[in-house]
Amino acid sequence: MKSPAAPAPVTAPHAHAPGGVGEIMWTVILALVPALLFGIYMFGWPTLWLVLITLAATLVGEAFALRLVGRPVGPTLGDGSALLTGILLAMTLPPWAPWWVGVVGGLFAILVGKHIFGGLGNNLFNPAMLGRVMLLIAFPLQLTTWPDIAPLHSAAAPSLAESLAITFGGAAIDGVTGASPLGHIKTALTQGIGVSSSAPEVYSFIDGLFGSLRGSLGETSALLVLLGGLWLLYKKVITWEIPVSMLLAVALPATLLHLVDAERYAGPLFHLTTGALMLGAFFIATDMVTSPSSRLGQIVFGAGCGLLVFIIRTWGGFPEGVAFAVLLMNAATPVIDHYTRPRIYGRDRQGKPLNYDSEKEGRS
Amino acid sequence: MYAAIVSLTLMGLILGYGLAQAARWFKVEGNPLVEEIDAMLPGSQCGQCGFPGCSPAAEAIASGAAPVTLCPPGGKALAEALAAKLGVTADLGDMEDAGPKLAVVLPELCTGCTRCFKVCPTDAIIGAPKQLHLVIKDACTGCGKCVESCPSESVVLRPIEATLKSWYWPKPQMNLVEVV
Amino acid sequence: MKLTLFRGGVHPPGFKEQSASQGIENAPLPARLYVPLQQHLGAPAQAIVRRGQQVLKGELIGRASGPISAAVHAPTSGTVVAIGKHTAPHPSGLPIETVVIEADGNDTWCELHPCDTPFDLDPDAIAAKVGEAGIVGLGGATFPSAVKLKLKNRNPIHTLIINGGECEPYLTCDDRLMREESVAIVEGVRLMLRALEAQRALVVIEDNKPEAFAAMHAAAEAVSEVEVVQVPSLYPMGSEKQMIETVLGQEVPAGGMSSDLGVVVHNVGTAFAVHRAVRFGEPLIERITTVAGSAIVKPRNLRVRLGTPVEALFAYCGGIKGEPARLLMGGPMMGQVLPNMQVPVVKGSSGILALTAQEVNEQSTANCIRCSRCVRACPVGLVPLEMAGRIRVGDFKGAEAWGLRDCLSCASCSYVCPAHIPLVQFFNHAKGELTARAQADHKAKETRRLAEARSERMERIKAEKAAAAAARKAARAKKAAEEESAAPAGDSETSTEQKETSA
Repeated sequence: MKSPAAPAPVTAPHAHAPGGVGEIMWTVILALVPALLFGIYMFGWPTLWLVLITLAATLVGEAFALRLVGRPVGPTLGDGSALLTGILLAMTLPPWAPWWVGVVGGLFAILVGKHIFGGLGNNLFNPAMLGRVMLLIAFPLQLTTWPDIAPLHSAAAPSLAESLAITFGGAAIDGVTGASPLGHIKTALTQGIGVSSSAPEVYSFIDGLFGSLRGSLGETSALLVLLGGLWLLYKKVITWEIPVSMLLAVALPATLLHLVDAERYAGPLFHLTTGALMLGAFFIATDMVTSPSSRLGQIVFGAGCGLLVFIIRTWGGFPEGVAFAVLLMNAATPVIDHYTRPRIYGRDRQGKPLNYDSEKEGRS
Repeated sequence: MYAAIVSLTLMGLILGYGLAQAARWFKVEGNPLVEEIDAMLPGSQCGQCGFPGCSPAAEAIASGAAPVTLCPPGGKALAEALAAKLGVTADLGDMEDAGPKLAVVLPELCTGCTRCFKVCPTDAIIGAPKQLHLVIKDACTGCGKCVESCPSESVVLRPIEATLKSWYWPKPQMNLVEVV
Repeated sequence: MKLTLFRGGVHPPGFKEQSASQGIENAPLPARLYVPLQQHLGAPAQAIVRRGQQVLKGELIGRASGPISAAVHAPTSGTVVAIGKHTAPHPSGLPIETVVIEADGNDTWCELHPCDTPFDLDPDAIAAKVGEAGIVGLGGATFPSAVKLKLKNRNPIHTLIINGGECEPYLTCDDRLMREESVAIVEGVRLMLRALEAQRALVVIEDNKPEAFAAMHAAAEAVSEVEVVQVPSLYPMGSEKQMIETVLGQEVPAGGMSSDLGVVVHNVGTAFAVHRAVRFGEPLIERITTVAGSAIVKPRNLRVRLGTPVEALFAYCGGIKGEPARLLMGGPMMGQVLPNMQVPVVKGSSGILALTAQEVNEQSTANCIRCSRCVRACPVGLVPLEMAGRIRVGDFKGAEAWGLRDCLSCASCSYVCPAHIPLVQFFNHAKGELTARAQADHKAKETRRLAEARSERMERIKAEKAAAAAARKAARAKKAAEEESAAPAGDSETSTEQKETSA
């Protein structure tokens, strides 16, 4: 009856597909690099400091937590998951945010967002988004101060010394800031100015696509993020269900309502190319740990994320809602998983054995 | 100020009295749990748990005086069922070591005295006077009563041997924590 | 033919080129053969030979016992030198009842009963001959074939599927057999059709075996009831349920059998063995086995006598180079680790592999990141990550609710898992644990019933004794009262005594 205690025999399979957890994480990081570098270029030195500090904070947080639970630090740091969290967090912060925003956000994301739940694979919420939302609620001013585009070579770009003052010295940057396009049209609407006149002031489709708009790093170039995402799809690291359903769930209601009232509601292209929607659809909502596991579940999850983004953007108090939408759907993931189990071979959707006399009808 | 003190004191007194009355009126006579647990135990009154039968053992389990893993014949399945019933976590690690045992009659020593099958609580031993006795494995709970009763020490308890039929894969070792 | 491919599945690299070009050769006869009495699913065969007894090649040495069992025959002529425990070709390394035969080198056949007109035999006679020959499913499942040929008595069978999928990497024994013995296989298929009284047979071959397909197609050209079907190469195509789904578009109901759909599946190797058994009267004493893996010097396909120690096969294939990371019986996806090199080849040994560490690609496990690759790989539609998570914390019932019982143990999930979690071992462990608990539970119920019956009986005896004593007392009182009449009450006492001792 008892399994022998003697050396446990190795079990099948005796072959294994190539790749591992680390490879998945590093592939995602690689897919983010173009958009990250482009963002740093567009906003100059202060952005680089912020990114480096955020990454340092997540790595230190990870190492600390691993040490605390007595797991080897080296291999787990090497799998890139903490680095990925840091990059995603940094890409959703205002590019000129002070250094402590990165530190607090990074530590919170790793320690509270991930390790309190038991580390990689056990967290219920996307750590980066948890960090961002905490920052947004705790430090609304710093998190909504968007600098103007100031590419590294341009005259408007802060010098190295100025950049240090901005990031570490808390230098006032009032003169060169403004609202993000999403924020701008929301404010304009409250003043009775319609989308058709407010949007062109801050937005054009080409700018949105290529990224010369105010916003966080990940919000600038929709095109680079999209290309990174498509590359991930090609590498089969992510699957199409979540990005497609999420983008459609924003684009469809946007199209519909835009047709009904173009003054009140922005069009689908505006929605798709502004804010962190692309980043969210390809890199944040697709976080494997916090999204459902079945195909159907992923479609439901993506659609829920997209719909919530649209609702928050259109009727909510915040101009952008990707982080909130993803977190809300993260909370729903176990429920979605429970109700979207795949049908098992030889059984109907309810789990009852198929009746072979009416086999065809039994299938769904 | 005084109003607050007085009202809080009054509230405390009234609610406290209410609780005291509730405790008196809704007091549960006896413990229905004992009966339920008794029904789950093997009922062979073998005494391996150290209690003089299954009902006293059930009482001990219900009161928390004995662990849910106390019943060797019941095995892991029973321990788990009891743990679920009581809402406690069972430490099944101990049970693994003990493992279930079965009685075996050593033919060279057996005198055919019939004492063992008279005490067997599950009638698992067959035989006749001056004949070699035999244990029916499927009915033996490994309680050991026969071992005590045998004058020639010809009944022993042996762990159940692993066979190809009973063997199954051990639980995988997930060596996630390599350095502790 | 319209195919409906099953969902999920994986594409492990085939490595079939190692041995596919090697024609079937006879493995040398070893000095001693270790023939286990159980090489099939069901009850073990009963040995009918004694130590020291001379046996001839093909002589029955173990008789089938019970409805699901298979006969075992002497693979060569010689002397039975031992009947006892020998390590089984099983990862547990536990022993199995084995007949050891020392070959005399003459390889003399016993008297065989060939049949020149096998198609004149009636269906049950064919099934009986298959049963006498000890034939079992040679794809690896080793279910007694005769039992499956009698399934028509349960439900009419319309289609016989001949499994030439051979979806496991490395293995090419069925491939070679189909290339070299296509005509014999087709005859075996027709015999099985007759035994089953089925109308058509589909020989299903994966598209990575074009030569085998061509050979079988040519052999079956003139036979209207046998159709050869090519299907995509996708693991686990060779699984009975997945193959039925692919070629017939129907699913076997959960808990049911393929015969519920009027379908029976047999392996190509089994069809060949049926042909040999019915036409030539030869029992199953040898099989084709692929010896391959990058640690083998010269991979080959060998015709091996059952009971040959695997060590002899390695030696014949040029030996093993370097330190093999794993010695296996079967394919790498579902095959089992060999406890040592002395274990024998048995009826289910489709392959003997020696793999290098690079081929095995074993890595330490990491946390599950819920990437759901296992969900997409599962051909059954299970959610392996949820089941393993529950088994890990001992929640076997929870795993069962997520479909554990429907798991095929095909290992597709483990194969794709980037965290290298031994998912299929979790499932095999849980299935074993659940079975063991169900048995323990059943036993507890039974022993409780026995214990209650006994205590009730004891009460009754006690009551009867008390009644007898009371009667005696009354009688004595009566006797005291009526000096002259005396009534002894001993009878009832002895009768209760007897009751107790005979109980």
